[in-house]
Amino acid sequence: MEKRRLIYLDNNSTTPCDPRVVDTMVPYFYEKHGNAASRSHQFGWEAEDAVDYAREQIAKLLQVEDKEIIFTSGATESNNLALKGIFEMYAKKGNHIITAETEHKAILDTCKHLEKAGAEITYLKVQEDGMVDLAALEAAMKPTTILVSLMWANNETGVIQDMREIGKICEKHGVLFHSDATQAVGKIPTYPREIGVHLLSFTAHKMYGPKGVGALYVSRKNPRVKVTAQMDGGGHERGMRSGTLNVPGIVGFGKAAEIAREDMEKDTARLSALRDKLQRELTQMEETKVNGNEANRMPHVTNISFKHVEGEGLMMTFNQNVAVSSGSACTSASLEPSYVLVGMGLGDDLAHSSIRFSLGRFTTEQDVDDAIDLVRNGVNHMRDLSPIWEMYQDGVDLTKIEWSAH
Amino acid sequence: MAYSEKVLDHFKNPKNVGTLNKEAKNVGTGLVGAPECGDVMRLQIEVDEESGVIRDAKFKTFGCGSAIASSSLATEWLKGKSLDEALKIDNMDIVEELALPPVKIHCSVLAEDAIKAAIKDYQDKNGLTVSADAAFAHA
Repeated sequence: MEKRRLIYLDNNSTTPCDPRVVDTMVPYFYEKHGNAASRSHQFGWEAEDAVDYAREQIAKLLQVEDKEIIFTSGATESNNLALKGIFEMYAKKGNHIITAETEHKAILDTCKHLEKAGAEITYLKVQEDGMVDLAALEAAMKPTTILVSLMWANNETGVIQDMREIGKICEKHGVLFHSDATQAVGKIPTYPREIGVHLLSFTAHKMYGPKGVGALYVSRKNPRVKVTAQMDGGGHERGMRSGTLNVPGIVGFGKAAEIAREDMEKDTARLSALRDKLQRELTQMEETKVNGNEANRMPHVTNISFKHVEGEGLMMTFNQNVAVSSGSACTSASLEPSYVLVGMGLGDDLAHSSIRFSLGRFTTEQDVDDAIDLVRNGVNHMRDLSPIWEMYQDGVDLTKIEWSAH
Repeated sequence: MAYSEKVLDHFKNPKNVGTLNKEAKNVGTGLVGAPECGDVMRLQIEVDEESGVIRDAKFKTFGCGSAIASSSLATEWLKGKSLDEALKIDNMDIVEELALPPVKIHCSVLAEDAIKAAIKDYQDKNGLTVSADAAFAHA
């Protein structure tokens, strides 16, 4: 393989910081290094002003009030705070929470934790296209249901849930609605108030901001929602999240939100065209399958299974040049293939063969063109090595073979 | 996960990729693993009927880099060995040679299974007694 620059198509894992974001942050490491909670001197006031401004920038992106933004260390913490905080705060109302099997581990593992604490959790199955079945959601509602937690967009497939309809169902049943919007905020319009979302988790590093800073939107009116703090201390963030604020991180988060709001339309148009090209070219190969609902999908994501080729092996053919992710078991410590894809009814064999491509603001057309070539060559190389590709070509029915599972 | 140089070398330049005529009497074929598990290895040996020595070995593997490297290495080792010698190849020899991390040990187990399955197929075809070692250690 010739030496080329490394192409990054794994923006759903994390995005690079926008240089404009970094520039905004720098002074807050140096001369403006104050603690936003220091009320008695210029350093503290400056830091507090900066945090207030960032809070406004972020609130504007979501079309909510600045006081409704609670800063955290990231979306995992926001998800923990939302679920555990609601479970504790609303314990008198009930103990039932509804979520879905294809949620991020930060939701699923938090739910497992809450089950041990007495919560009853319903894990909805999703349909083959990754969408939650709204009738199943409605049917799962009980008098004890206190919260529905469903992600805005899925990290592996980019599938966007029917948030408006889910919001209506929650409203009808008088149940709070939380959404892990980590993959959606800053990339598509996410207006919780308009949709009827009462709590919203998101993070800076998926929208060209720094790692280590996130936020939880908590509705302050109609309804006024409160969560029990999960971190005890100085009572920062309206008592919901103690801990000295990460001022440079928050400043960067704010700038990232401002840029996202301004550039969203432009980025979406450009990225969806590039994503469509990538997907079109790659699915021209035989025996490929796009995973997830293509109509309700993030503009920069496509998840493709290349049948008869194992994902990790495939990535190894081009990972000196292109960075992507796979739903293959071999990339995880558990040796289980992607539970998201399996949850959509995809066979384990196809889950093992899947690659997620996630483009970003800094992806160029040249990147996509090069990636198309490299991935195509990789698929062909791996198929030449694959006994099941040979069998498929010879017309062998692979389902009739007695495989020796191991 | 970073791969060892040897895994990368076998992966980039796999040895003995291909297909032998599985109908031939002197060819033994072992097909192990399952697509659902993310690993399928097909390993074939061609035996010199006079000397009983493995003259050629070919493989095709659906799997990760370590699975491909394990099967490539196995074919290299098989060539020139008698069946009894071949049966002595242990998965841990492969682990050691390729410096496989613990999470990839199953790839070497699969390669050992594939060797044993190919030898068994050859022996069955030729009415030879199956030696006790050939029993599937990991089936």
